[in-house]
Order: sequence, then C-alpha cells, then structure tokens
Amino acid sequence: MKFMLMMHAPRGNGDYQIDQWKPEEFRAHIQFMKDLNKGLREAGEFVGGEGLTPPGQARLVRSRGEGAPEVTDGPFAESKEFLVGYWIVDVEDAERAYAIAGKISTAPGPGGNPLGIVIEVRQVMSAPPDSL
Amino acid sequence: MKTTAEHLLRELAPQVLGAVVRRYGDFGAAEDAVQEALTAAALQWPARGVPENPRAWLIQVAARKLTDQIRSESARRRRETKIVHETSAEENMVSPFEDANEEQDDSLVLLFMCCHPALTRPSAIALTLRAVGGLTTAEIASAFFVPEATMAQRISRAKQSIRSSAVGFVLPPPEERTQKLGEVLHVLYLIFNEGYAASAGNAHQRVDLASEAIRLTRAAHELLPENGDVSGLLALMILTDARRGARSGPNGEIVPLDEQDRSLWDNRAIVEGTQLVSDAMSRGAVGPYLLQAAIAALHDEARRPEDTDWPQIAALYGVLMGLGDNPMVQLNHAVAVAMVRGPAQGLALLEPLDRDPRIKDHHRLAAVRAHLFERSGQIAAALRCYEAAVDKTASVPERNYLLLKIARLRAN
Repeated sequence: MKFMLMMHAPRGNGDYQIDQWKPEEFRAHIQFMKDLNKGLREAGEFVGGEGLTPPGQARLVRSRGEGAPEVTDGPFAESKEFLVGYWIVDVEDAERAYAIAGKISTAPGPGGNPLGIVIEVRQVMSAPPDSL
Repeated sequence: MKTTAEHLLRELAPQVLGAVVRRYGDFGAAEDAVQEALTAAALQWPARGVPENPRAWLIQVAARKLTDQIRSESARRRRETKIVHETSAEENMVSPFEDANEEQDDSLVLLFMCCHPALTRPSAIALTLRAVGGLTTAEIASAFFVPEATMAQRISRAKQSIRSSAVGFVLPPPEERTQKLGEVLHVLYLIFNEGYAASAGNAHQRVDLASEAIRLTRAAHELLPENGDVSGLLALMILTDARRGARSGPNGEIVPLDEQDRSLWDNRAIVEGTQLVSDAMSRGAVGPYLLQAAIAALHDEARRPEDTDWPQIAALYGVLMGLGDNPMVQLNHAVAVAMVRGPAQGLALLEPLDRDPRIKDHHRLAAVRAHLFERSGQIAAALRCYEAAVDKTASVPERNYLLLKIARLRAN
C-alpha cells in the first residue's frame, strides 16, 4: 500500500522558524531526516520524497479560459500552514505508514526537542479493486 | 508477448536456484548468482541458441558466479563461507540428472522459504516473484510502480531476514506444513489481486502479475496435485481471470458482473477452472479457496446474468461463513441473499456489519448498501451510500465506477 506523508509546518510565529535555529539544532534536524530516509530506503519502503522551497517562492497558476494562465505570487496569507516536504512510501499496511509519520513528527527542533509537526497521511489511489 | 527463451528461463529459475542453494547453502548469495545466470542466458540464448541442457548450463554459470563472487571477497569472509574453495565450480556442480523428486521438493522448499512468516507481505511477494518466478528486480519494480532501487532493497532485506531467522533449506515439518502452505497461498493470492489492479488501471504493464500468479500457483498445483486448497486457489484465479476481457470499461472503470459482455469471457479458462473445482470437490476436504472457486464457477457458467444460480451461491456463502468469521464473506452472502429473496433481506443482513470494526468503514459495505437501496428504488439513500463509498475507496477503477454510477442515477 502506498501512502503520501505530508509535513505541514505552521506559518508565521509557529514553532517551525527554522531560520532562527542554532547551527547544531539545524544539523541535528538534518541528520534526523537523513537517517530516517536511509532507514526507509534500506527497508525497501521509500518510493519518493522531497523537501520544498519556502512558501515565499510559491506561485499560484490558474487558467482563466482564453489566453495565458494567470500566475499569482506568494506568500498566500490565507493558509495557516504550508507544505514543507513530502514522502511517498510503499508499506505493508496503514499502521506502518502511521508509525513512519509518528517518527517524522519527532524530528528535533530548538533545544533538541521534538517539533511535533503534524504529518498528514493519505493513501495513494493504487489499491486493487474488489475483484474476487 | 513472452519469447520461448524467456518462458523457459522463468520455468527453470526455481529449479536452478534450488539446486544451487542445496549445494552451496547460502540462499542470499545463491539467489544473486542465479539472477546473474538468468540475465546472461537472456542475453546469450536468443543469439547463440538455447544450450542442449539449459538447466545444467544455468547451474554451471550460477555456480561459477557464486564462486567468483566469494573469491573476490575478503579472506575473513572467505573463511566463514560454506564453500569449499579447493574444488572448482565444475566439480561442485550438481548433476543435472539428479533425482526428479528432489527437484520438485526444491521448488516447493523455495516457495515456503520466500513466504516465510518472518517477512512482511510486500517482501514475501517481491522475493517470491524473483526467486520462484524468475522475474528481474526491474520487472517487479515496474509492476508495483516503485523505483528499482526500492525493490532491490526490499529483496535484499527479505534475504537478510531469511538468513537471520536461520531457516534451513528443507520442507517444513508436516505439523507446520498446512499453516505455512496457507501463508504461501495468501502471498500468491495477493500477487494475483495486485495484477488485477494493475491491468485495470494501467494497460501498458510489462509484467502481467495476474498471469504470473496463475503460473506460480499452477506450479504449486503440479507439486501438490492432491491438495484442495491449492487446487481451489488455482481454480479461483483461472475462473476470475477468465472475465478479464469484459471487466473494465472505456474509462478504466469496473464493469460489474451483471453488465459484462459475456461473449468476451474466456471459455477455455472457464472449462479448465470448473474441471479443477469438480475434481477437488470429489476428493473431499473443502476449504475457503475451493468454495470461492465454486462460486466463481457458478457465475462463469451462467450465459446470462439472470441464469445465475443465486440460491446455490447463497448456500455456498453460508458454508463459507461456517468456516470462519470473515465479514467480507458475510457481505457477499448478503448480496446473494438479496438476489434470491429481494434487497430488503439483503439490507437487513448488512446491519450487524455496521458494528464490526473490521468492515464498518469499508467502501465495499457502503457500495453494496448503495446497490441494494438502488434496487429497492430508494434513490436518495442509494446516492448517499455511493458517495460514502467514493470517499472510502483507494482504487481508481472502483472510484470511477462509483462516480459513473452516481452520475447516471442523478441523470435519471
């Protein structure tokens, strides 16, 4: 079963002000993510995943029918959270996906404390239909 | 279309691996060596022709790869290995004319090993397809839509688990065999089911998992011809696969049984599957796979949907319910009862399922309920349940079917 794990960070004055962290806090965080991905790769569960550029670089693109699509610059104040990165994992069951998400949520932040970032878990629509 | 050489290679893969493991012991290393030998054969045979004794050729090449591999490793590693270096690969080579029984046992031992309970299901599936099915890692990866590196890791992790659980290359003792065979059959069933998904959603599949599952189950059936569970699973797969040509529509949506163009069903497969069912039934002990196959046979034998023997199907689901507490079986039983005694009876049988945590949030319960409401003319309730099913399914063909269903109901 494939799942997408999405890491949403709070915008504004939330805990995830990564540009305010001390170097060792930042390094510990990066190391955590590297180890996590290594573990997923070695288990044969890692399908894909990337970190995303900050919302300041985001653009909204929308077709208005005729002509070129409309492109709007971010940041977009209306959303309280933004997507920091995502993983796609192929695992035995939903419980395993939740366990991985739980682990990601313990990624360390300031003072080495777990950030407790919310991870949204969504199953990828690749399940077999009820055939038999 | 598979070439003859490719077909032969997949056929020989488990025999060759069995012979090499039996001789050298190290399953993980032997499996790698056999893969290399299969690759070499796939490259060489089409150009130079298939050798006179292809099996011996493969064993010899695999043995050489294995000894090369071990020689190139460190001296410490070398002391630990089970290979005797004083003898050459050729001397170590297993005679290609060894006892045929041993050969058969080898394939069976491999199946048990690959479906070992120490492995996660995805790992067991991957390892079975590679070690017993003779597929390459790339083929398996593309069949499951994961990167090749991911599949390679999964297979290598599976081999590590087998090594650390220290299973010998022997058949499980008789007292464990039935349970372990159940695990093997479940893995084969999952491969078949996965193939069903892939063929519905993605027509350009290089490896056809449903056909691979049938091939592997057929091989298991040849090894255990008297076993009713193996016959039952094989028949179930064949009888289900017989409807392949009719079961998806132009949008990749599922076409339900009663709307399928039955002239597209594969009659030869239906005859074969039905024969398997009646042979196995006459031998006694009737397990869940065989019962499900018997139900599939009843569907396949009906020339028109209205010819379906629903009373018999309902009775068989009744027997299945007696074999174990399975909510999916109860659900199917309710469908059959509804066909015999009307949708209200079916709906009443669904009620207890709302209290069963294993199925209460399952999309199929919502879909069945929707269908029964629709049949009883309660369109608003049907729409509500179809919408609930759309929210719960994780299958694209199924979602497309449900959405089309909703759209049609709304249009009328």
